Amino acid sequence: MSHSAEHTAEAPEILKEVHPAVKPRSAMVGHNRSFNWITEKICGIAEEKTPVWWWWCFAVACIVASFTVAGITYLVATGVGVWGHRNPVNWAWDIVNFVFWIGIGHAGTLISAILCLLRQKWRTSINRSAEAMTIFAVVCAGIFPVFHIGRVWYAWFLFPLPNSNYIWQNYRSPLEWDVFAVSTYGTVSVLFWYVGMIPDLATMRDRFNAVGKTVRARLYGFFAMGWRGSSRHWSNYEMAYLILAGISTPLVLSVHTIVSFDFAVSLLPGWHTTIFPPYFVAGAIFSGFGMVLTLILPLRAIYHLEDLITQYHIDCMCKVILATGTMVGYAYAMEFFIAWYGANPYEGFAFINRAFGPYWWAYFIMITCNVITPQFFWFKSIRENTTLVFVLSLFVNVGMWFERFVIIATSLARDFLPSSWGYYSPSIVEIFTFFGTFGVFSVLFLLFVRFLPIMAIAELKAVTPQADPHAGGDHH
Amino acid sequence: MAEKPYGLIATFDTPGALMHAAEQVRDAGYSKWDCITPFPVHGLDRAMGVRRSRVPRISLAGGITGFCTGMSMIWFMDKFDYPITVGGKPFFSPLFAFPVSYELTILFTAFATIGGMFFLNGLPMHYHPVLNYENIRRGTDDLFFIVIERADARYDLATTQALLAKVGGREIQEIES
Repeated sequence: MSHSAEHTAEAPEILKEVHPAVKPRSAMVGHNRSFNWITEKICGIAEEKTPVWWWWCFAVACIVASFTVAGITYLVATGVGVWGHRNPVNWAWDIVNFVFWIGIGHAGTLISAILCLLRQKWRTSINRSAEAMTIFAVVCAGIFPVFHIGRVWYAWFLFPLPNSNYIWQNYRSPLEWDVFAVSTYGTVSVLFWYVGMIPDLATMRDRFNAVGKTVRARLYGFFAMGWRGSSRHWSNYEMAYLILAGISTPLVLSVHTIVSFDFAVSLLPGWHTTIFPPYFVAGAIFSGFGMVLTLILPLRAIYHLEDLITQYHIDCMCKVILATGTMVGYAYAMEFFIAWYGANPYEGFAFINRAFGPYWWAYFIMITCNVITPQFFWFKSIRENTTLVFVLSLFVNVGMWFERFVIIATSLARDFLPSSWGYYSPSIVEIFTFFGTFGVFSVLFLLFVRFLPIMAIAELKAVTPQADPHAGGDHH
Repeated sequence: MAEKPYGLIATFDTPGALMHAAEQVRDAGYSKWDCITPFPVHGLDRAMGVRRSRVPRISLAGGITGFCTGMSMIWFMDKFDYPITVGGKPFFSPLFAFPVSYELTILFTAFATIGGMFFLNGLPMHYHPVLNYENIRRGTDDLFFIVIERADARYDLATTQALLAKVGGREIQEIES
């Protein structure tokens, strides 16, 4: 006790000498904007006359989306053979694209759920659009497994519904686990997004009522469920939101774990590894943050949202990309190490073949985009250059697509028997179908930007300094 | 003003002023009253004397139901109703039934949580007397309100009005029911 007393007596003397740095917390909303300014800014985006750029983007997105529609129509009319699958690669771009889109979705849930539990206040200005991104990415992901079964009208056989053959699904298969994981993920993401939006829809309802636009007020009011900002409601609402965040966290981790089980539970060299679940989850978050930046930075520039998405927000996202990108790089290295250390000749060959075999170019793109690109984010000057951050985020998206391609195609193309080796090339139908999903995604995202509050208005107000009831020392 | 008003409403400009007022309304012994805020004000629950939310109990019930549904569904389908041998694996084991049961736990918890929140809040309720107040739209924008219902045992037009004035409320008005 005497020692600690001595210590505390000494402490001020030391403090006089060393002058500990005072680091002010970064403001979540720039220029100390008022509550009303936030409402006007966000609601104004959905209330203004449709801008010309929106129509141009929407038209282009629709044209791109038509490629998916055409590709799928041709597939349904002809058969799944129109894709480039043949022995030994019977599973390629469809599952690559599925994992790619599902992975992108994961950043939305990470931002809304995990960062909510960790009380990271910077999530508030990006969570709404990131959750929208999640839902639209799951829509794009769902297209591929549904259509790769060939006879899409039998897709309901995936679900435990009684059918005329009286047989049930095989729950010993990871593919059936995936059905439950992805459909639960899609459903819970929509619910989470909607619940978060209720208070903001009420704000929009009241604003449309005030200017006499009754039709729109009724439409928004219907989905606002009669929300009136009651504190007794907020109490239950906040608890429900916290629980949703709490269950979405294990959900998002389990979904990509189960997606990785699709490969890890098989016996194929290059797939049958225990590192897959954590490595897939890190990769998913990495690619998702890449896509968040790709979407948010243009929005920020177009709508002048610099006070709501500050440099601090961009810094945080770049650092998450740096961290998860480095984890992915570690996983690539560890896979090689274990392939050598495990002394299994097939496993060893699979990895040598990945890097130096016929798909070396894909492996090279993957390493460049996923391991080297994020390292630029160590530098503050690069994080502060928005154009460069945008370009680097595109590289992340490209790299993560190639990661899935490398894992899936190279492992299947050359397995145990050299006599059964092959080389996979996609057909033009596959290329068009995948290209079109970017249009599908953009159409949905543009509609979201046009009609819904793109940021969580109530949550943004709650992180401003004036929202603190003890501000100014007038209380307690 | 209507013959049977719903209650009295008072306006506050800052969360601090609202919180201060809410503590005094609570201490005056009112029970049927509410605050209207554009965002959840930290600590207002305690200032109002609102009990901890009961949503978690409903969520827990949903989660348990989901897990049991998953396990019993897989047992029923693959072991009881139509067993098929696949790769020599057992017809039922809680290990391979776990991923699906886990996802169903989360799915059912989510529905129970949101359903429970709506049920406890009495939503959807598209008509409410509070919405009759002409300035109430500012309650989802930038102003804060306290509403004391006429149905409260301690409600008395003069004394309640005086209380709301004393705690710093402005534009104290009766609202139609």
